[in-house]
Amino acid sequence: MSADTIRGKAAIAGVADAASPTGDLELHGRALEAAMVREALDDAGLGPGDVDGLFAAGEAMGLAEFLGMRPRWLDSTMTGGSSFEFHVQHAATAIALGLCDVAVSVYASTPHSDGKRAAAARASGGGGPGGGGPAGFGGGPGGAWRPPGPYPAMAWEMPYGLRMPIGAYALAASRHMSEFGSTAEQLAQIAVSTREWATRNPRARFQQPLTVDEVLASELICSPLHKLDCCLRTDGAGAFVMTSAERARDLAKPPVYVLGAGSGVSHSIISQMPDLTTTATTVSGPIAFEMAGIDHGDVDLLMLYDSFTITTLLLVEDLGFCKKGEGGSFVEDGKLGPGGSLPTNTNGGGLSYTHPGMYGMFLVVEAARQLRGEAGDRQLPRCDVAVASGSGGVLSAMSTCVLGSEAAL
Amino acid sequence: MSDTSAPPATRIEPPVTEEAEGFWDATRRRELVLPWCGHCRRAFWYPRPVCPSCLRPDVGWKPASGRGQVHAVSVMYRPANPTMAGRVPYAVALVDLDEGVRVMSNVVGIEASEVKVGMDVAVTWEAMSDGRNLPLFAPDARTP
Repeated sequence: MSADTIRGKAAIAGVADAASPTGDLELHGRALEAAMVREALDDAGLGPGDVDGLFAAGEAMGLAEFLGMRPRWLDSTMTGGSSFEFHVQHAATAIALGLCDVAVSVYASTPHSDGKRAAAARASGGGGPGGGGPAGFGGGPGGAWRPPGPYPAMAWEMPYGLRMPIGAYALAASRHMSEFGSTAEQLAQIAVSTREWATRNPRARFQQPLTVDEVLASELICSPLHKLDCCLRTDGAGAFVMTSAERARDLAKPPVYVLGAGSGVSHSIISQMPDLTTTATTVSGPIAFEMAGIDHGDVDLLMLYDSFTITTLLLVEDLGFCKKGEGGSFVEDGKLGPGGSLPTNTNGGGLSYTHPGMYGMFLVVEAARQLRGEAGDRQLPRCDVAVASGSGGVLSAMSTCVLGSEAAL
Repeated sequence: MSDTSAPPATRIEPPVTEEAEGFWDATRRRELVLPWCGHCRRAFWYPRPVCPSCLRPDVGWKPASGRGQVHAVSVMYRPANPTMAGRVPYAVALVDLDEGVRVMSNVVGIEASEVKVGMDVAVTWEAMSDGRNLPLFAPDARTP
């Protein structure tokens, strides 16, 4: 296996993200994307003219034009929330091969304020963006069939009224509980530990401490998942800049090296997931760890996708921090929280910081900030190796990055 | 129980696509059939014009027993969409059919919160607006 070929060849040189305790951001759309690109480039000490690789979770060509860029490397990889871990992997590969020199990945989404903007536009007589959620998930009123876009197989799920996306994760949690005896209290502890970190993030949506009892007393939406097992729905945006390790050393901030990266895809819709309690992180994680040459004991920070508490539980297991099925007892002592032995989601996560729909961008940004010692009140005393592991679709497309400081190179 | 007149289209009803025509035709007779690969000699799910194991187009339909076990279940206390609002709470389950495929469905005929993983279930039918029937599952009376 020659998977070590990109280790340390590329680095994250600049990051930016935007979120607010109100859940709203002032900018939206392309203007917000442009602001993130500019901030991340500023952070790196680079300018738009330096960029020759552009990454977006969706159509990147129009974005390139809007930003006035003429990239020679374009990547529209869209795997939902994990898109940005895929982007790190793809960008590191392209940079290692010399196919691009400065890559930028950007994301902006404003579901929290979009409704208000649409209402304001209607009130002022303008057309405004129309309503209606994404096709597929949720379906239309009155039994009307709405085409599920690129996922026609959802025709085999939609008649049964699985609330999405929470219902898919609830099915995984159901299976995990019945197969391994994990409990609602153990899942709730993940939300509690994550909230503890959020109390130290002044931009987090929720900064008040939380208890297991409060999670269990919150509305049961799709058993066994409660409202407080679910991520937020907020505005949010971010970007990161990557370049070669050599060039990064001459830039404004300490390089955050890509030590390893791996991905794995097992299905698209939840009824096709081969094993409801084992994700393709069992593929992506070992690739990334082996490439990086690290063991579990080397990891100072875990940034795990937390669309729902069960997502974090499955990722902890699938990355091998405990045996399959033992994630519940592994997390129940609060070791993921401040002062714990395995600091996880120090920004407050999708559960308490921000979740605009595709949260993977924030895993990368927070990992970079911790590795650079810029995480403020939540800064870990020692952080040289961070693992960012994304989940996209419904536990479908998984991607893991091992990032490290100069000391870890 | 008889349903001589089709109820209004309550649920979201999927279209009859070319590759699923055999499946939906059988439901008009309240028969559950599964796509079957003549090369691999086994059922697969969901219907598609090629087998997802060997990619050969040697695909036909075979009757299924209609029996299976609940693999996972979640009770919806909030509906997925307005068409399901009158049904809450309802149970959405993944059911492992005896033929070795896993399908999504609802388990009915029992309190939603009483549906358990491992429960034996058998197919039951709900009329759709156009003469098709939607396969649902209910506790299998033939087992204790």
